Amino acid sequence: MRLLTHNMLSSNIKGVTSGFPLRIEAEKVVEKQVELNAAFLKNMFAKIEWKPFVDASRAMGYAELPDEAEPLMLESDEFLQKFHHALLELHLEEGALVCPETGRRFPVNKGIPNMLLHEDEV
Amino acid sequence: MKLKQLESLLGTLQQFSNPKLELEQYPTGPHIASRMLYTAENSFGDVSDKVVADFGCGCGTLGLAAGLLGAEHVIGLDVDSESLEIASINADDLELEMDFVQCDIRNLVQRGKATTSIYKVLVSMPSELGTLHVGQIVDTVVMNPPFGTRKKGADLDFLSMALKVASQAVYSLHKTTTRDHVKRTALRDYNASSAEVLCELRYDLPQLYKFHKKKEVNIAVDLWRFVPQKNQRNTL
Repeated sequence: MRLLTHNMLSSNIKGVTSGFPLRIEAEKVVEKQVELNAAFLKNMFAKIEWKPFVDASRAMGYAELPDEAEPLMLESDEFLQKFHHALLELHLEEGALVCPETGRRFPVNKGIPNMLLHEDEV
Repeated sequence: MKLKQLESLLGTLQQFSNPKLELEQYPTGPHIASRMLYTAENSFGDVSDKVVADFGCGCGTLGLAAGLLGAEHVIGLDVDSESLEIASINADDLELEMDFVQCDIRNLVQRGKATTSIYKVLVSMPSELGTLHVGQIVDTVVMNPPFGTRKKGADLDFLSMALKVASQAVYSLHKTTTRDHVKRTALRDYNASSAEVLCELRYDLPQLYKFHKKKEVNIAVDLWRFVPQKNQRNTL
């Protein structure tokens, strides 16, 4: 699971009012290079939530992103490369996504998070 | 990529080894899958460089077709872990990146009233609470949803969710016999600004389950393109 996907996921356990963002517990992270698409990245920059994204990248062991970012920074190749790397090249293979309110762990195995709820959570 | 080449590649994919009746697991054949995604890309530009989600992805056929046609990020969602494992293998075989999430489509996006904090701003609003966080990230949803023969209304549940998640377009297959009902429901209840049948296809269903009497059966299905209303729920 890559961080662009993580930026879309939330916990929907009954009673939880804000299940986003899920905290990442990383046990195994794999890096796979993919081609950089600048136009796509600029598009995504406007759509993702930056702070959850930075926190997630740090949980995955990547500390190069700044706490805050502005669109102007996209003009820098160096920034673009870091953004690209964190968004699309880091894969969470094993670990968990944790509900920020309840602490309930959604396990991640072979890169696939299991977001299915138990009967009492629906 | 040419249509024939796409169809040929999709034909190499592994399919369900033990299809589950209750989930209406039928493979989306390469003929339909290739035409669906090819049309989405060539007629509407809804695939390449986009974020595409495949709802009820099963073995990943539609999502992978999107990847082959240049989608930048593809996510497959399904409730069944066995299918997702097969889908992962298929992605590896095609050397495509595809993220998979195991979840229940019914819990994808839900309505509720809540006080939600959205990055330092506290907002009180009818909020969407579900597995998918509200946002504009997904451009296009592609799906071959259950027809609703086992769980009544499943086809429309999928459509309802798709129209909440996609920011640009939804491509879906529904039985031709349900055409009027689907159109009416999409426009009236699911906030679609448009609902068009792109073409009618024949869906060959092989004899997968013991209760199937015929060796093969042919169902008329419509390939639909729905466009969600812009930004009704995404203005945060």
